[in-house]
Amino acid sequence: MLKTLMGGAALALAAALPLHAQVDIRKETQRWQQMIAEGSPAELFEIEGEALWKKKQGPKNVSLEGCDLGQGPGVVKAAYAQLPKYFADADRVMDLETRLLHCMTTLQSRSPQDATQRLYGNADRPSEMELLSVYIAGQSRGVPMAPGTRHVKEREAFELGQKLFFHRAGAWDFSCSSCHGEADKRIRMQYLPVMSQPEGVRKIVATWPSYLVRNAQVKTMQWRIWDCYRQMRWPEPVFGSEATVAITQYLTVTGQGEPYAGPGTKR
Amino acid sequence: MTKNFLLLAGTAVLVAGCAAPLPVGERPKIAASDLDQLVAVSKRDFKARGIAGMDRLELDAAMRACNLHNDNPPREVSQPLEEQILKSIPFPQGSLLGDWKRGQRLAQSGQGMTWSDKPNIANGGSCYNCHQLSPQEESFGTLGTSLRNFGKIRGTSEAIQRYTYGKIYNSKAYNLCSQMPRMGHSKTLNEQQIKDLTAYLLDPNSPVNK
Amino acid sequence: MRATLGAGFTDVRVLMSHAMETGQRKDASGKVIPLHFIQNVTAKLNGKTVIEGEVSQAVSRNPVFSFRLKGGQKGDKLELSWLDNTGVTNKTDGTIA
Repeated sequence: MLKTLMGGAALALAAALPLHAQVDIRKETQRWQQMIAEGSPAELFEIEGEALWKKKQGPKNVSLEGCDLGQGPGVVKAAYAQLPKYFADADRVMDLETRLLHCMTTLQSRSPQDATQRLYGNADRPSEMELLSVYIAGQSRGVPMAPGTRHVKEREAFELGQKLFFHRAGAWDFSCSSCHGEADKRIRMQYLPVMSQPEGVRKIVATWPSYLVRNAQVKTMQWRIWDCYRQMRWPEPVFGSEATVAITQYLTVTGQGEPYAGPGTKR
Repeated sequence: MTKNFLLLAGTAVLVAGCAAPLPVGERPKIAASDLDQLVAVSKRDFKARGIAGMDRLELDAAMRACNLHNDNPPREVSQPLEEQILKSIPFPQGSLLGDWKRGQRLAQSGQGMTWSDKPNIANGGSCYNCHQLSPQEESFGTLGTSLRNFGKIRGTSEAIQRYTYGKIYNSKAYNLCSQMPRMGHSKTLNEQQIKDLTAYLLDPNSPVNK
Repeated sequence: MRATLGAGFTDVRVLMSHAMETGQRKDASGKVIPLHFIQNVTAKLNGKTVIEGEVSQAVSRNPVFSFRLKGGQKGDKLELSWLDNTGVTNKTDGTIA
C-alpha cells in the first residue's frame, strides 16, 4: 500500500511519447503539466515554510510572525496577492522576497550575510527564502492578484519594469521580450508565454512560487527572473534589487485580477 | 458599438477618482534619457559573475539604435550602421565551408556564455533553440525562421557562403535589430566553428538539405 | 506531513528530505558517491504501527510518500519514521486534519 510519487516517473512517461509532427505538443505538454500537478508536493514545502515562519531566529531570538507583509504585522492571509507594494518603513516598493529579507534584517536583526546565505536552494540544501515564500503565497489561494498601483513609487516601478522588459543588452543582445514578446513561439519544445500582455502573464503571476520538478525544489519569482537573465547571458541580477522588483511589479500589474492559484508545479 | 462605447465611458468614470491607468500591454517609447536611466539601473542592480562581466551592459551603436527605436529604426539610422557592421566582419580567405558534422554538434549544443559556465568550455551555437534545421531533430524552436533546406534552396556560391558566414558572425549587418545573437562578434564562436556551421547549413550532404 | 480525513479513510502525504544516492553517480573529481538511501519506512497512528515498508535506491531524491489509511479520526497523531542504509533514522509528525 506504499505508493511512491516521483517527478521522474512522469518525466519519463512524457519523454516516451512519439514526437511526430501530428502530435499536438502544446496539448501533450498540458497533459503532462496536469499529471505533475496532481502529484505535486508543493503543499508539503508550505508546511516546512510555516515552521520557519514561526521559528525563533537571530540575535533577538524572534520569529517572523511579527513581520508586516503589507496587511499588518503577522498577517499572512491574502498578503502575497497584494504584492509588490510600497512600504513606507523602507521607502521603496517590495516584492515578497525583498520584504522577507527586510524582516529578517530588521525584526530578527540578522546580518545581511546571514539572511542572504542561501537565497536559492537545491535538492540537498533547501532555501529558507524559498520555503517561506511558498508558505506565504499559499495563504493567498483564490485571492485575485492586486499589486499596489496607487503610490507614485508603485507606478514608477511598473514603468521601470516595463522599460526593462524591452531593454536589450548582454552578450547576446537579449531582452525579456526577445523570448516573451511574440505569440505561439517556442525555444526547443517549450512554448513561451507573451509576458507583456495580460492574457499571457495572468496565469504566470498567479502560479509562482512553484515546485519545479527539475530542481525538486520550490522556486520564487526572484529566482525565475534571475535564471532568465542567466540564460540571456547578462551579468547577475542582485536579489531584491529595484530592477528585479520593478520587473515583478510590471508582470504582476499586467496580470492583475487573476485569482492566485499557486503555489504551482512546473517542469 | 453603442455598448462598447458605454463600457468605455464607465471605465473612464471609475478611474477618474484615482490616478490614470497604467499603460498595461503597451510597449513604452524610449527616449535617450530613458536609455541612460536603463543603463545606469542595470549597472547598479546587476553584478559581474564568472565570465559574465559588466561590459555586457554597455550598449554599442547598434543596440542603442534598436533600444531607442523599439527595434524598428528608420532606414537612415539602420542603413549606415549595417554597412559599417558588414565591413567589420573578418571574413576568412578561401572556402567558408567547414565540416558539417562538427557543425551539427555545434547547432545542437546550447551551452556557453552564462555566468554559471566555466571559462574555456566549448560553446555551442544554440541554433536549435530557435531554428528548425535537420528533419531528424524534432525538438526545435520557432523564434527564428526555419532553416530547413537552407543550402538546397540557395546553393553554395561564394556570395551565399559569405552571407551565411557573415549572418552567423554578426547578424546585425543584414538586419540591424535582428533578435539573433552575434555569434562571432560576441566571441561565442570562433572562425572554425562558424565555418562548420556554414557547412551544416550549405553542404549538400548535410541533413539540413536532405 | 499532510493528513486529510476522507469518508472512512485518511490520505497521508509526507516529504522525506534525503539524498537517495544510488551508488552509481560520480562526483566532480570522478569518485563514486557512496550508496545512501532510505531502507525502511514506518508509519504509526497514535503510537501503533500501521505501515512498514521497504524502499530501494531506485527512489528519487527527497521522495514524497503518499498512502491511504483505513479509518482515522480528526486529531489522531501520525508519525512517519525512516531508517537509511547508514543506520541514520529520522521522523516527522503530524495530526489528522
